[in-house]
Amino acid sequence: MAGNTADKIQGGVLGWVDARFPLSQLWNEHLAQYYAPKNFNFWYYFGSLALLVLVIQIVTGIFLTMFFKPDAELAFASVEYIMRDVEWGWLIRYMHSTGASFFFVVVYLHMFRALLYGSYKKPRELIWIFGVLIYIVLMAEAFAGYLLPWGQMSYWGAQVIVNLFATIPYIGPELVTWIRGDFLLSDATLTRFFALHVIALPLVLLLLIVAHIIALHEVGSNNPDGVEIKANKDENGIPRDGIRFHPYYTVKDLVGVGVFLIAFFAVVFFAPEMGGLFLKPANMIPADPLVTPDLIPPVWYFTSFYSILRAVPDPFLGVVAMGAAVVVLFFVPWLDGNPVKSIRYRSFAHKLNLAVLVVTFVTLGYLGLQQVTTLYGELTLRFGVMYFLFFWLLWFHSRERSAVFSLVSFALLVGIYTFYDFTRFDPANAQLLMSAWLLPTAYLFVTMVVPVFARNLGRDRPVPERVTA
Amino acid sequence: MANQGVDRGRRRFLVAATTVVGGAGVVALALPFVASLQPSARAQAAGAPVEVNVAQIEPGQRISVSWRGRPIWVVRRTPEMLDLLPGIRDRLRDPDSDVATQQPEYAQNPHRSIDPEILVLIGLCTHLGCSPAFRPEVGALDDDWAGGWFCGCHGSRFDMAGRVYRNMPAALNLEVPPHHYLSDNVIVVGEHAEGGTA
Repeated sequence: MAGNTADKIQGGVLGWVDARFPLSQLWNEHLAQYYAPKNFNFWYYFGSLALLVLVIQIVTGIFLTMFFKPDAELAFASVEYIMRDVEWGWLIRYMHSTGASFFFVVVYLHMFRALLYGSYKKPRELIWIFGVLIYIVLMAEAFAGYLLPWGQMSYWGAQVIVNLFATIPYIGPELVTWIRGDFLLSDATLTRFFALHVIALPLVLLLLIVAHIIALHEVGSNNPDGVEIKANKDENGIPRDGIRFHPYYTVKDLVGVGVFLIAFFAVVFFAPEMGGLFLKPANMIPADPLVTPDLIPPVWYFTSFYSILRAVPDPFLGVVAMGAAVVVLFFVPWLDGNPVKSIRYRSFAHKLNLAVLVVTFVTLGYLGLQQVTTLYGELTLRFGVMYFLFFWLLWFHSRERSAVFSLVSFALLVGIYTFYDFTRFDPANAQLLMSAWLLPTAYLFVTMVVPVFARNLGRDRPVPERVTA
Repeated sequence: MANQGVDRGRRRFLVAATTVVGGAGVVALALPFVASLQPSARAQAAGAPVEVNVAQIEPGQRISVSWRGRPIWVVRRTPEMLDLLPGIRDRLRDPDSDVATQQPEYAQNPHRSIDPEILVLIGLCTHLGCSPAFRPEVGALDDDWAGGWFCGCHGSRFDMAGRVYRNMPAALNLEVPPHHYLSDNVIVVGEHAEGGTA
């Protein structure tokens, strides 16, 4: 029944089109006959929601482009014009600015889902790589867009980020001048960021999203049990645990869309500035190249990486560390060699590791929004180290490790950062330094040493043959 | 006909030659696009020196002017401020201004200025280019604070001669721009005394 013969429509408009363009074939391969595991849960909403936000951003962006003036003299006033004089302009702009933050909310949850259920593992490594590329382009897109209103935050935020490149040895200063198109951040910078924001980066983003979905539909979706549903097919070659994406998951996702839109418009209508998290008060002041605002934190979705930049006392190494914090994501499929995909069947040690990552990432994000103090600086350094330790532990938990290897590598890691602590030891802050030292040490101790003595805490559980729900 | 048999060597040569010529064409075409992003002639022409009258600056006061779009600070330091400079030597990263790029030779001295009182600095943090806040009050940030600048972006601290403290995100002292005195009270920022711009 379900073979290709049944779908071949001979006559009608559809038949005419199908003879010239694979319309029915595309529809079937990607929706009506794309078999997705039947046990998708809450976490599987965020991929389709990311597509929804993309559409919101493109549509609102097109309309904003009709009113915005990419000129350092006019940009700030044209944004005010959109907010005050253009009919419904405030709604379109607030949808766009809120959409930017929601894009990252949804993408972070989507990425976390992949970590939960091992969706980056063989054969889905390329899906993950395309995803990380999408994430990086999205960050560039958000950064370029943030400059456009030409407020104080736009200006000084861009000043800091663009100057990151100046720390590259030898070519840095020349490179920054080339990026800015001037000896300071100016109209030349604004116009090129505008071009990148409305044309270049969205095009790249769309292409990457298409590649992401093609790769996904080639190998099929993972699921909360991490079981390959294609390993168990019925006599027609259809996975027994699969259901058609359309209508089953399209309808499920529609529910998600409804809930999402309620939350989204609640923010658009009642808290578009989100207490300074989404839109900062300082950005309601026109850019002034002579005065930096007292505190210029980046928008919340960058602050975790920004913290890592601030934690390192050397400018270039800080940039390298921040870059490494993003680039390391590319290697996750090869760092985690554990054959068990889903967290449901992974060891306690791995579950704890993932939980600590969440705490670390959120804490770094919070610290990145704050003024630097001795306490916060110390915490930032420790959590920055813990961020990178997560990836080490991901590799470490690829299989059960011997007692000797566990203890030796634990001692080595702790030794490295303890040695660094001695080089920067300051009697005035001794107590803070030593208490903060406990953070990464306790983290490593529980995830590496404790399983040596309580073996069941480090052991994965058997994975079932079929999906469970 | 002539298409009986393929001369593989000839085909390989043609493919390679076409690739090389085509590649050269792509590079040649890319150059104008890359170069177009550099500062335009108009941007390069901007940036004439500026004159600053320092007569009106009160002791302890700082004024800001703009040169090449960048903030230039001029501070008239009090004797107390100058007295504090030698005492914090060992807390600084480059107390003797050894890094030559950060000041002209005539400002490579303990007070980093021509006239000990009058300090002229480019007001951008050497870390990532924020403009640090002026905090001249002793003890303002913590008990050891000897007055200077604090960069709110990443927490770098500079003393009253623009010298950076140790273990800060910034690794270099604040830059002293080329400048000279036209008269006792008028400074020209943006060129050395001989007249050649830096």
